Amino acid sequence: MSGRKLHVSFSVNGEPTELLCEPQQTLLDVLRDELRLTGTKEGCATGDCGACSVTLDGTLVCSCLVLAPEVDGSEVGTVEGMAVHSEPGNPKLHPLQRKFLEHAALQCGICTPGFLVAAGSLLEHNSDPSEAEVRYWLSGNLCRCTGYDKIVRAVLDTAAELREAT
Amino acid sequence: MSEQPKFKWIGTRPIRPDGVDKVTGRAQFGADRLPAGCLQGRVLRSPHAHARIVRIDTSRALTLDGVKAVITGADLPDLSDEAGGEGPTDFYDLSRNVLARDKALYHGHAVAAVAATTATLAEQALGLIEVEYEALPHVLDVLEAMDPGAPVLHDTLRTKGVEPKPEQPSNVASRFSLERGDLDAGFAAADVVVEGEFRTETVHQGYIEPHAAVAEVGEDDRATIWVCTQGPFMVRNYTARVLDLPLGSIKVIPSEIGGGFGGKTTVYVAPLALALARKAGRPVRAVMTREEVFRATGPAPGSVLRVKIGATRDGKLTAGHAWLAYEAGAFPGSPVNAGCMTILAPYAFENFLIEGYDVVVNKPKTAAYRAPGAPMAAYAAESLMDELAEKLAIDPIELRLANAAREGVHSTYGPRFRTIGLEETLEQARSHPHWKAPLGKNEGRGIAVGFWFNGGMNSSAAVHLNEDGTATVVAGTPDIGGSRASLALMCAEELDLDPDRIRPIIADTETIGYNDSTGGSRVTFATGMAVIEATREVVGQLKERAAKIFDVEPDQVEWREGAAHPANGATGTHEPLTLEALAQQAGRTGGPISAESTLTARGVGPGFAAHIVDVVVDPETGKVDVTRYTTIQDAGKAVHPSYVEGQMQGGAVQGIGWALNEEYVYDERGELQNAGFLDYRMPVALDVPMIDTVIVEVPNPRHPHGVRGVGEVPIVPPLPAIANAIHSATGLRLRHAPMSPPRVLAALEEASG
Repeated sequence: MSGRKLHVSFSVNGEPTELLCEPQQTLLDVLRDELRLTGTKEGCATGDCGACSVTLDGTLVCSCLVLAPEVDGSEVGTVEGMAVHSEPGNPKLHPLQRKFLEHAALQCGICTPGFLVAAGSLLEHNSDPSEAEVRYWLSGNLCRCTGYDKIVRAVLDTAAELREAT
Repeated sequence: MSEQPKFKWIGTRPIRPDGVDKVTGRAQFGADRLPAGCLQGRVLRSPHAHARIVRIDTSRALTLDGVKAVITGADLPDLSDEAGGEGPTDFYDLSRNVLARDKALYHGHAVAAVAATTATLAEQALGLIEVEYEALPHVLDVLEAMDPGAPVLHDTLRTKGVEPKPEQPSNVASRFSLERGDLDAGFAAADVVVEGEFRTETVHQGYIEPHAAVAEVGEDDRATIWVCTQGPFMVRNYTARVLDLPLGSIKVIPSEIGGGFGGKTTVYVAPLALALARKAGRPVRAVMTREEVFRATGPAPGSVLRVKIGATRDGKLTAGHAWLAYEAGAFPGSPVNAGCMTILAPYAFENFLIEGYDVVVNKPKTAAYRAPGAPMAAYAAESLMDELAEKLAIDPIELRLANAAREGVHSTYGPRFRTIGLEETLEQARSHPHWKAPLGKNEGRGIAVGFWFNGGMNSSAAVHLNEDGTATVVAGTPDIGGSRASLALMCAEELDLDPDRIRPIIADTETIGYNDSTGGSRVTFATGMAVIEATREVVGQLKERAAKIFDVEPDQVEWREGAAHPANGATGTHEPLTLEALAQQAGRTGGPISAESTLTARGVGPGFAAHIVDVVVDPETGKVDVTRYTTIQDAGKAVHPSYVEGQMQGGAVQGIGWALNEEYVYDERGELQNAGFLDYRMPVALDVPMIDTVIVEVPNPRHPHGVRGVGEVPIVPPLPAIANAIHSATGLRLRHAPMSPPRVLAALEEASG
């Protein structure tokens, strides 16, 4: 079953990478255990909780439902790529990351990377989402700590701030 | 009521100290550690609800290339001399829950474990382990399990707490009771009596992070366990006991923890990872799948409650009788005692009898879940209070206020209440605009209150002053929801130092003194108390150093605005000495400045909450939608209000899930049918509205900052509040939770004939 490993090359957060993986390993497995990008979390491995949310060529996906060999030649975006490290001493959080902190939109923090990636994807598609649209878009992400209130507020507030800035 | 002390930092909302790590993906959780050469641990689980394990043959699995160790129950110490232990944890049972011996007691019970070089190989090896089972009749339902003819899980189990001591084994592990006054006289004095039988189904804590542990063993047989847990000291103790190893040979490093809600207050994979690592001589990472989490970790019990409450015409409660039976799961230890202690606790009762039964069934052993035992108790009692208010034609808030527990009232669970905030909480509910807002079609409104003791227990904390005048707070209670922020704020208040200059860390078991687990809403209260004590000791040292420099007595130094000032007739003129200046000179004035405080926290302040909820009931489908929700809760003092609100909101939404959707579904073979997030449906963002919060602050006079603890109360009122709202919308009393569409629809259809 383990058999011969496959060679896969793709880019993660803009950086080209290549690795060998078993055919049945998921994108989530290789992000976490091969590339050690552990910001992407496993909550269920069945696509129900969204903790493993990443973007694949710009589309929001559950990385647990994508086989690693499938991403050959693709662009993958993870939570580790959201903050911009521009100069020493001044790494810039993504506005969503900053708003999540200001709104206390996380408690334990395990679902947070998935929510940030999913919310980032929402704001790419819709710069002025309603509360219902935010709730609908984020319904693929489970949070058991916050009751979603502060997460939804943080996303709406980020959207408002980004609209003001443009 | 004492005046609220004036605070400068307490009550502010700084960014949490661990926040950036958690929004950037840098924070390391249980499954995130992977040492070089680490093996993958996987667990073989029983496919039967109840079966004798006749034979296990692991030889074929061991022949698979890459498999480095296999363990079964035979590899663990027997611990027979611990059987029937009286302590809070029965290690004989715990050991058998970690890995089954002669019997598998639930679908998912661990039977063997494997460590292999890859996850694929480990999974493959599980399939090569041959287990011969002799299936036994099983029992899943608490009432059926109490029946004398029911299949017996443990031949040695005799009911505790009944006289004479039973000679025959049964599934009833214990009876607990609370009693006062004259029950018959109390009911005789009642003009109105309400009663009913209530049921709740098994639910899971549903933390998003599955259990994970990474165990490493050195050539000196000293072990390190990296684990997501609410209690690193608990993991050290439990693992040492289960594997019969010296406690001091194990170091436990708590990872960040991705939720627990009580479910990470015991061990599952940590001892298995260590046993495998010791056998293989390699590090082992054991991570549960979501299916394993549902099948084999502590859910909260299903329950049956029969409750009867009497009152006079003018709304004075005269008597209460409650009978509670809770499923313990496969081993004794449901939270039925807490159910008994909380069920009538919000009110002054002179005559009551409360009896609770702890019953084993062929389901996973239950674990703590946020206010363990209280939500189902409140479901029964607060539904009946609503019915009582209706029958008496008294406003439900007024009925509760008329009977509310207050200072001096002898609680149903024992002590007299000191300063508590139930009345203030109810008054806030009464004056909240939500309570009087208009309702739409098919919409109803309910209210319920909840009570939780809150916890004290043992905590240690240290405060180190750094050379630049910043400080480090060292705690040993994992931060599950923002407690680093509250501990930093408490230290900040005492030092009068910007909390941004204080770094709180969660230490391992060798870096800080003993701590009981994070749980019982105790961390901000008890660990906070230790932080305050340690900080005050540091302030004392700072004053002594300043006194030396000022050349005055220490009592002639006052600490304010983050600096030492001469006071009390200190002669001469001295510029105040800032924290920074004193820290820089520490090496010349007596050495580094730091302090550790250890304590058994006394003076817990009970917590109360009132929840108001609006629901719309769809008459076609029976689906209940929550349209508005307001939680009002006495926090004592909200140290970081955002995280207090977060506890209130999160608890409310967990309660909404429990009330409306969540339940374990078993088939006739006793197999769990919905061991995944798709079918065990927890609330998603679309299911709930904003959760409005009102923080009431009736300070706990026995905590230096007035803290009570806030984590657990919020899950207590939602079940009855929603049941009461459904009644308001439909006229129906739903007494079986979850009040899911099929149950609501069936009730609607029955009512319409």
